[in-house]
Amino acid sequence: MPVGLLGKKVGMTQVYDANGVVVPVTVIELGPCTVLQVKTVDSDGYEAVQVGFEDKLSQKDLARPESQRKRTRANRAERGHVVALKSKRQQAMAERGVEAPPKAGCEAKRFIREFRVDGEQHGLDVGQELRADVFADVKAVDVVATSKGRGTTGVMKRHNFQGQRATHGVKKVHRMPGSIGQATDPARVWKGKRMAGRYGGTQVTVRNLDVVSVDAENNMLLINGAVPGPNGGYVVVRVAK
Amino acid sequence: MRHKLLDLAEQSSLRENKLNFAVGDTVDVHTRILEGNKERIQIFGGVVIAKRGHGTNESFLVRRIVAGEGVERTFPVNSPKVADVVVKRHARVRRAKLFYLRDRIGKATRLRERRARAGEAETNT
Repeated sequence: MPVGLLGKKVGMTQVYDANGVVVPVTVIELGPCTVLQVKTVDSDGYEAVQVGFEDKLSQKDLARPESQRKRTRANRAERGHVVALKSKRQQAMAERGVEAPPKAGCEAKRFIREFRVDGEQHGLDVGQELRADVFADVKAVDVVATSKGRGTTGVMKRHNFQGQRATHGVKKVHRMPGSIGQATDPARVWKGKRMAGRYGGTQVTVRNLDVVSVDAENNMLLINGAVPGPNGGYVVVRVAK
Repeated sequence: MRHKLLDLAEQSSLRENKLNFAVGDTVDVHTRILEGNKERIQIFGGVVIAKRGHGTNESFLVRRIVAGEGVERTFPVNSPKVADVVVKRHARVRRAKLFYLRDRIGKATRLRERRARAGEAETNT
């Protein structure tokens, strides 16, 4: 089973399937992703593959040839994660005979996530580029993303409460939660009582979405249905279990 | 700006040969209909009174009078179920939506005919 990939939600549209039926699809710009680190039990205590998506470069830098880039967006730690930088510490470690970990040799990445691969033969090396074609034979995927932040909302939007009637004597409390507990006993509100408050802007996983088409050449993935987050938001796409 | 991948995603669903008709045209819309296992063509004839949307979402509205009752039907331009749109007659119209035809009956619904413009389908009648 391939590891997942990182991408960006482009937006939704609709396409026709073979039977002429309209399918609502989310377009995802998927990859290319670079393998930044391969974690093993020996080195990190668990097995995982860390991949990065999208270069962390300014618009000006993107226009420059690679040798003239200033790379001011990424800090030194981020750059040192992907390329071997000269430093006193590295030098001292080399002198002590400590082998430096392999580096991907790419630009620092904006969006980095890792995928657990416990005991699996993934055959991936640091620096390897992953494209959407790893999903070529995949029927369904899970999508993990940060949902749209909605700020402070009432209980109807946030917890799907019913609210109250529009008429029949209901006054000014049409969208209120109603009673939030009992009386003198227990004389308090139970912990975890669902109320109004901040909604959205949290990690949401949507599972088992059908893959409509995979276009590795254009880094495009079409998924049947909706995906959390705004257009342009980062998403993690993994094979559905 | 519209993302290029959105256009790319829609491309495979778009009609290869664009349908050539305009608002005001009297058309016959040929739709594929599945009856049991057999497919046949059904024809809906009327005046195109509106076009809306773009890309795969584009559709047009055809109005006709059936047994004295106005009937309007919306067709998706790019649906494979729409086999063909045959233009019977062009009309000179001055607006994009001909909703005013809904308020008219009989002779008042006639539209002034015009000849085909360059690059436009010749009328079949």
